[in-house]
Amino acid sequence: MQFMLLFSRQGKLRLQKWYVPLSDKEKKKITRELVQTVLARKPKMCSFLEWRDLKIVYKRYASLYFCCAIEDQDNELITLEIIHRYVELLDKYFGSVCELDIIFNFEKAYFILDEFLLGGEAQETSKKNVLKAIEQADLLQEVRHMCFLKICRISVLTQ
Amino acid sequence: MSDVVEKTLTALPGLFESQTGAAKITNRLRQLIKSITELTSKHEEENLIKRELSAIKEQVSSPNTTMKQMREIMVRAMYCEMLGYDASFTYIHAIKLAQQGGVLEKRVGYLAVSLFLNEGHELLLLLVNTVLKDLQSTNLIEVCMALTVVAQVFPKDMIPAVLPLVEDKLSHPKEIIRRKAVLALYKFYLIAPNQVQHIHAKFCKALSDKDPGVMASSLHIYLQLIRESPDSYKDLTGSFVTILKQVLGGKLPVDFNYHSVPAPWLQIQLLRILSLLGKEDQSTSELMYEVLDESLRRAEMNHNITYAILYECVKAVYTIHPKAELLEKAARCIGNFVLSPKINLKYLGLKALTYVVQHDAKLALQHQMTIIECLDHSDFTIKRETLELLFRITNAQNVTVIVEKMLDFLRSCNDEHTIIHLIGKVAELAEKFAPDNSWFIQTMNDVFSIGGDLLQQDVPNNFLRLLAEGSESKEEDDQLRLYAVESYLTVLKGHTSHLPQCFLQVMSWVLGEYAHLQESVDRREVIRLLTQLLDQRSVSSETRVWILSALTKIPEGQTDLILDLAESLSSSQDTVLRQQAQELRHLSQDSQLREWVLPRGAPWDGIEVDSSLSFLDGFVSEALAAGAAPYKPPHQRQEELCEDRALNLEPYSFSLPVSLSSCSITDRQSPTLLSVSSGLSGNSAELSQKAGSSTLILEGVKRVWGKDGYLPQKEATAPPVDEPSAAVQPASQQEAAERIEPRPEPSTQNQDKQQLASSLFVGLGVGSSVSLLGKSEAPPPRFRKKPRPHESSSSSGTSKRSSDSSSHSSRNTTDSFLYGSFPEEEPATSISTFDHTPKSTTANGLSQNKDTKEDRHANTSQILGGDMVIVRPSTIQDKHPPSVSSDLTALLPADLKDLPHSDVISLTSDPSLSLSSCRLFRDEALLLVIFISNCTETVIKDVAVQLTCEELKTASLRGNVMDCLEARSTSVCHYALLMDDPHTNVSLTGTVSYQTQPGHTNTLPFSGTLSTADFIRPLVVTTEEYGKLWLSLSHDVKQNLKLLTDAGDPLRTTLNALKDALQLHVVDIIGSEGIVACRLLSGAPCLLHCRVNGAALAMWLRSPHPALPDFILYHCQRALAHH
Repeated sequence: MQFMLLFSRQGKLRLQKWYVPLSDKEKKKITRELVQTVLARKPKMCSFLEWRDLKIVYKRYASLYFCCAIEDQDNELITLEIIHRYVELLDKYFGSVCELDIIFNFEKAYFILDEFLLGGEAQETSKKNVLKAIEQADLLQEVRHMCFLKICRISVLTQ
Repeated sequence: MSDVVEKTLTALPGLFESQTGAAKITNRLRQLIKSITELTSKHEEENLIKRELSAIKEQVSSPNTTMKQMREIMVRAMYCEMLGYDASFTYIHAIKLAQQGGVLEKRVGYLAVSLFLNEGHELLLLLVNTVLKDLQSTNLIEVCMALTVVAQVFPKDMIPAVLPLVEDKLSHPKEIIRRKAVLALYKFYLIAPNQVQHIHAKFCKALSDKDPGVMASSLHIYLQLIRESPDSYKDLTGSFVTILKQVLGGKLPVDFNYHSVPAPWLQIQLLRILSLLGKEDQSTSELMYEVLDESLRRAEMNHNITYAILYECVKAVYTIHPKAELLEKAARCIGNFVLSPKINLKYLGLKALTYVVQHDAKLALQHQMTIIECLDHSDFTIKRETLELLFRITNAQNVTVIVEKMLDFLRSCNDEHTIIHLIGKVAELAEKFAPDNSWFIQTMNDVFSIGGDLLQQDVPNNFLRLLAEGSESKEEDDQLRLYAVESYLTVLKGHTSHLPQCFLQVMSWVLGEYAHLQESVDRREVIRLLTQLLDQRSVSSETRVWILSALTKIPEGQTDLILDLAESLSSSQDTVLRQQAQELRHLSQDSQLREWVLPRGAPWDGIEVDSSLSFLDGFVSEALAAGAAPYKPPHQRQEELCEDRALNLEPYSFSLPVSLSSCSITDRQSPTLLSVSSGLSGNSAELSQKAGSSTLILEGVKRVWGKDGYLPQKEATAPPVDEPSAAVQPASQQEAAERIEPRPEPSTQNQDKQQLASSLFVGLGVGSSVSLLGKSEAPPPRFRKKPRPHESSSSSGTSKRSSDSSSHSSRNTTDSFLYGSFPEEEPATSISTFDHTPKSTTANGLSQNKDTKEDRHANTSQILGGDMVIVRPSTIQDKHPPSVSSDLTALLPADLKDLPHSDVISLTSDPSLSLSSCRLFRDEALLLVIFISNCTETVIKDVAVQLTCEELKTASLRGNVMDCLEARSTSVCHYALLMDDPHTNVSLTGTVSYQTQPGHTNTLPFSGTLSTADFIRPLVVTTEEYGKLWLSLSHDVKQNLKLLTDAGDPLRTTLNALKDALQLHVVDIIGSEGIVACRLLSGAPCLLHCRVNGAALAMWLRSPHPALPDFILYHCQRALAHH
């Protein structure tokens, strides 16, 4: 996968993850063009489109568009399911996720994405394992606030 | 702003409170987001963010800001960046946060770094120490974070620093760490493959890890490795098959299921790997038939994910060695896709069909109605994919309909990438299957006017080459040319202002060359039309040059028009035009000179290039006698430059050759001059005379700068013409008449579709036996190109011819002169068909050997410096055993016999033909010799070999087309291949087409791999030269290699092993250090400095080419590993 973009129906970018090194200028240009192209497509059209020399796979969930760029030899359908699994993960983590969750907690959305995809490839496809990893890191944050629990919690975590 | 957001904002406080811990958002961010949603204009947003950013700036630079506050600031900065505002001043603070913060802050710091910084960003260097520290941390979370950031952004140069730590993590007790470490190594492999060469064994351990997640991650690496060299991993086929079987059998933990399908991502990855392994390999394919069958069987649930697996499975079945039963099942599966009402599945079905029709065109027949429907689909994506499919099933019978469809689509399309992509395909089809001349020219006209200046340069080039070189029959060629001339005259009489430059160039070239074929048209008319173009403002100066060159070729007796024109141009602003106008003037006045410079109807093959420039010998000796300095090669000059100055001139060292070449270009401003000199060359007897006469033209050229420039300007001759544009109409009417498909009317729609179907799918699967390896039917292309025995000379010939027309393109051809220096330019007809009996072979070989052996020998030893290994071990790791009798090498043409060569390996075979190849290492190129053996008792006719490789340049070829191949005999054809840019491995693909019975053409595909090692040649230098060269080289790479310690002197043994495996030249060995030199063919040098460092060999490589050291290092590592 080359990159993943999340944007709203109004064309506002909500999340961007680039797995190929590009300059900021290029990123902005690609985002602008792609948001336009995808928003212009009708709901009954297919979720794939050829764009420059890439394949774009996108799907709309409520008011949010999830959009991935893959190479020609990649499998479009499985990419669609990657998007879906990510949505499932967000849903499970936030508890019936909505666009606002992602706006206000975008860094969490990034953390989840990083546990799921790494360097553009699926890292862990088991939902349980991804959420476990996130929860461990989150727990650790709480632990710091509750000093008395710190030592025993960490020792539990590291085993 | 989003109304959804607005509505829900009121409910916000509750939302935040309900998410304790996990979703704690900072006050400031909440405020920021909230105030942005309240804004009404973009301008207000800009102001707000500007204020926000300056507040952030103030806060980050304040010494009182705590890490905790910094974390919050960083989240805000990330948000601003996402909105598209520049917050680059926070980058350094993101790194600081990752460095100094506690776990909490670190996490945000690392995230910010991975979002803000690109792989090449200089600030990343500051991150290296933090990553190192965290990798060694006892806190698992910190290790995880460090590995995550390493796998996303990490500077390539710093990989060696963290590599050992990451490697250690492969045996970490926690699976999440192992998994991330594997992915980090995958990332390293992608950006610097040679760095992780030595840990392949550890990948193997990851593959057999007990945790499915770790195992699945290792497949990413394997997929990549196998894609690059499938032959090295054939032994793992069994393991992959077993894993897939286990996955299918539900042996993985349930939480890997996705919609109750077991580990679909893993399945797809495995299917891809298997298809790569089984490709063109029967025995490996046999291992996987069973599991593929099971895969097809199990994927029955109606869900996207099962279709994703099915699609991959179908592709695998059609990629590996075919098995009838599986193919049948896979073909049925495609039906499920294509007929599905879901549009996504339909798209994938079309894509799958596009893939499989390459193996069996008949499969498209079953789905013709669906394809027709998709052709008129409202979705652009579906339409385009359908055209892609049609492109694959095009044949001589349906070409007109399909091309029409493609052109229709292109006319309504406005996406540049799509146009470039598809128009090239139209041109390809037109060239391959054109039913007649008029259609071909019309179609190409459409191609040029639709594609316009977006067209890739090779489309017009190929077209012109096809016209110029023609086929076997002169009559047919002339008809085609004549038709082109007529068609272009019609076009030029119409409106020309909208025509793309490239079309104008093509037209002017064709008119210049072939207008004389058209007897009925007045020459004056042609000249008038062309001059008219010159007056148009939209015509670019490059096109003007083309037009002028065309005019140079046309006249004969129309001197008045031409002189007027030359006159008017002689005061042009453009120097090139001015010069051309001068040439035009001189040539039109001196008909004898004209005849000689631009001979009418000169055969293409007759043009030879005297690459040694021997016709200049006289001039050189005169100049020398007059006291000029003798020529020094750039390399030598560079050294002297270093000697002369005390300062190191490193940064400038490469500007010298560049300026030199630009110098020589300006000397050769005139393309006509170029063609003159090359037209001369071959005839050595009259060389000096002709060299003398070419100075005549030089003088003429010089006068451009003389008084002629001041001549008073006369009235331009070309009168404005208002020819009726109706002239175009007949053509379009004719075109309309040719259209097979009528416009469908609602009532008869279905019938029309049937009709369209019959015209689209005609000729597919007509009575031909099932041939799985290639298209069952390949009618001979209408415009079969003439066999080109010496590609280099004829191609440079062509470009030179066209450089008659364009001085711009002529500049590029200077390079191709260099490549023309192969000593093998023989006429095409002397294809050596050797008898298979050894006796006559030796006799033949011997007698020919005697003639050439001596100078050949001298040549080789001079080049190779004497200590060359004659037979090198095969580096093409071909699965086929070298069963081909090695006596095939005896069939090598005599002049190649003494070259060092590899083993002969079998490429492919079928009942009639068998192909094998052998690599010969010549100093300036790699010769790929292909032996074509007729295994039958009958004569095989029209054998033609085609080889393609994107990464390599074919410098010359010989014997790739032969009229007939006697029974039980072997013929040889060879290619000289050049590598300009190094690649680790280069794959070659090609086909042989032949006829066993007249009219029945078979094709046999083959493929092979070449490695950079095949293109490395020793560079013989002295130690002093080495030292100087070393200083002048800019790109370097250092790495520790394995030291071979099995014999007495480890350094010497290792270097000798390297010398044997790669063609390196060991310059000197002093104590524990050795210096070695090589080059990429006759191109970029690479110097290696080796030092024994404990048990390792510290290797330091330098080269002017940025990537070359990496590749050489990679091959050194491989060579030592295999030793």
